[in-house]
Amino acid sequence: MKTPVLNEMYWLVKREFWEHRGGFLWAPVITGGIFLLLNLMGIVTGEVLRVRHGITWEPSNNLNLFNRALAQGDMAKIGAGLDMMTFSTTALISIVMGFVVFFYCLGALYDDRNDRSILFWKSLPVSDTATVLSKLAAATVLAPAIAVVCGVVTGLLMLVMYAITLSLHGVGVWHLLTLAHPFRITGALIGTIPLYFLWSLPTMGWLLLCSAWSRSKPIRWAVALPVVIGVVLGWFHLLGSANASDWYWEHIVGRFLLSAFPGGWLGYMNLDNLGGGMAHAMDLIYLDNAYSALAAPSLWIDAGAGAVMILGAIWLRRWRDDT
Amino acid sequence: MSAVANAVVVARGLTKRYKNTAALGHASFEIAPGRIVGLIGPNGAGKTTALKAILGLTDFQGELSVLGLDPRKERGKLMEQVCFIADVAVLPRWIRVREAVDFVAHVHPRFDRKKCEAFLARTKLTPEQRVKQMSKGMIVQLHLALVMAIDARLLVLDEPTLGLDILYRKQFYQSLLEDYFDEDKTIIVTTHQVEEVEHILTDLMFIRDGRIVLDADMDAVGERFAEVMVGADRAAAARALKPIDERQVFGKSIFLFDGVARAQLEALGEIRRPAVSDLFVATMKGTYA
Repeated sequence: MKTPVLNEMYWLVKREFWEHRGGFLWAPVITGGIFLLLNLMGIVTGEVLRVRHGITWEPSNNLNLFNRALAQGDMAKIGAGLDMMTFSTTALISIVMGFVVFFYCLGALYDDRNDRSILFWKSLPVSDTATVLSKLAAATVLAPAIAVVCGVVTGLLMLVMYAITLSLHGVGVWHLLTLAHPFRITGALIGTIPLYFLWSLPTMGWLLLCSAWSRSKPIRWAVALPVVIGVVLGWFHLLGSANASDWYWEHIVGRFLLSAFPGGWLGYMNLDNLGGGMAHAMDLIYLDNAYSALAAPSLWIDAGAGAVMILGAIWLRRWRDDT
Repeated sequence: MSAVANAVVVARGLTKRYKNTAALGHASFEIAPGRIVGLIGPNGAGKTTALKAILGLTDFQGELSVLGLDPRKERGKLMEQVCFIADVAVLPRWIRVREAVDFVAHVHPRFDRKKCEAFLARTKLTPEQRVKQMSKGMIVQLHLALVMAIDARLLVLDEPTLGLDILYRKQFYQSLLEDYFDEDKTIIVTTHQVEEVEHILTDLMFIRDGRIVLDADMDAVGERFAEVMVGADRAAAARALKPIDERQVFGKSIFLFDGVARAQLEALGEIRRPAVSDLFVATMKGTYA
């Protein structure tokens, strides 16, 4: 009789996707599209300027450059550079996703109370725990997964675009592209999603808690409250008392508000084993390195605080009586 | 089996306080299966609070059992058996007809998709249509199609037709009676448009200031209350029998009596069954004073 838990969760997350298709899907797609368009315009502008000013390419020269690079055995460098290009689009899209997820969580448990559609959702046999967890899953799994796919696809399209441009000038760069590691990058980025989940828990928990708590404009609780407290603490600092202010801004405001943006765990990582130089630039995102952040106890403490706030949000969702 | 064991809803001393006002003060009632109960009361009388308590949407003091479950502790289980339409137009504005049907079909174990699609086929709703593109009447049609396809034992309707035109209102109650209601189902409805529901109700409950002031089935209401049209000559005699209400029509007086013997009333004039709305007005006199 009872709908299996996973099936129910699938439909609950799907429901979130339906409602927030604009933020979860179209925002990354459009960001990627604009990124590609700007690059294309850059290429065209370059070509037009070149033709107007009668500058001729010296393909052989460039080829030599590439060949020299290869001869010097710096293929790893080129590969890392190409990987970085691929990755840069994902990084950009991830920032957009950070904003989307931030505002999504802020409204997740508030908007339906505001427009009273909560009365419809609550008329269905779905527990409040499942509802809140589905919103958490939409923010920490679905949104980053879409962002990674959009980011990698955009990055690859950009690489192809430049490859075509160069090959029109007789530079055979197709084989250079084989030096890139798109699959490894995609795998690393997808593999980072669980880390993002852990990392973002304090922010997700705080935003969901404010969203479930607030009777109007949840952003006032979520943002204004910690900032005002921070300013007050700053005052005491000025007066020469406790130096809690810096710690507060970094560990409370930073972790409660800004951890919707991925990558903040870089500061927690163990970078000792990391190779130096351009060839190793991308090692930062590879899993064995990224997950060294888990060794930092404060990451776990913050995640625990996030989990407690999510429990609070579930309780409020169950008992908040608005009318 | 006792009536209590069978009852769909049993409330004992149901109390709910909001800060310094009591929305419900020791309300006690029972609702048997297969009934259509009208919960009628003025604004702020506690109707919605009572329904919210039944649906497990609010905390309260006192005892309450719905289908043998405690709505505070077993809400998830309860909602498989209970449906509600709380107010018009609470469907999310972004959802499409197709999405709403899909979603409910996959999270509600007692939802019959074919039935729902059959109801929708009788409306002008199209699968891709969004709620925000619909009129209030169409939103209620969609909501009703979703709810009627759920094999629930208790249906709670809180002002389900507010703001709809007469065609939609009639259609709403007609669909409920013809295609939904049977002896295993129970419906609780609150509304201000008493005239439109009184012929479908089996039971009447008046609520005033958080208390149940009348709780009877419609037959009992017909026996207990009587309306008599009395000429001016016998008006004084009628007043002596302590009517609960009096109004004037075409030089005659219409008196409403509560629990006065038929024989006595027949001597005064023509007896009629009072309309629920007149009964309501007489019972609630002075509520807003």
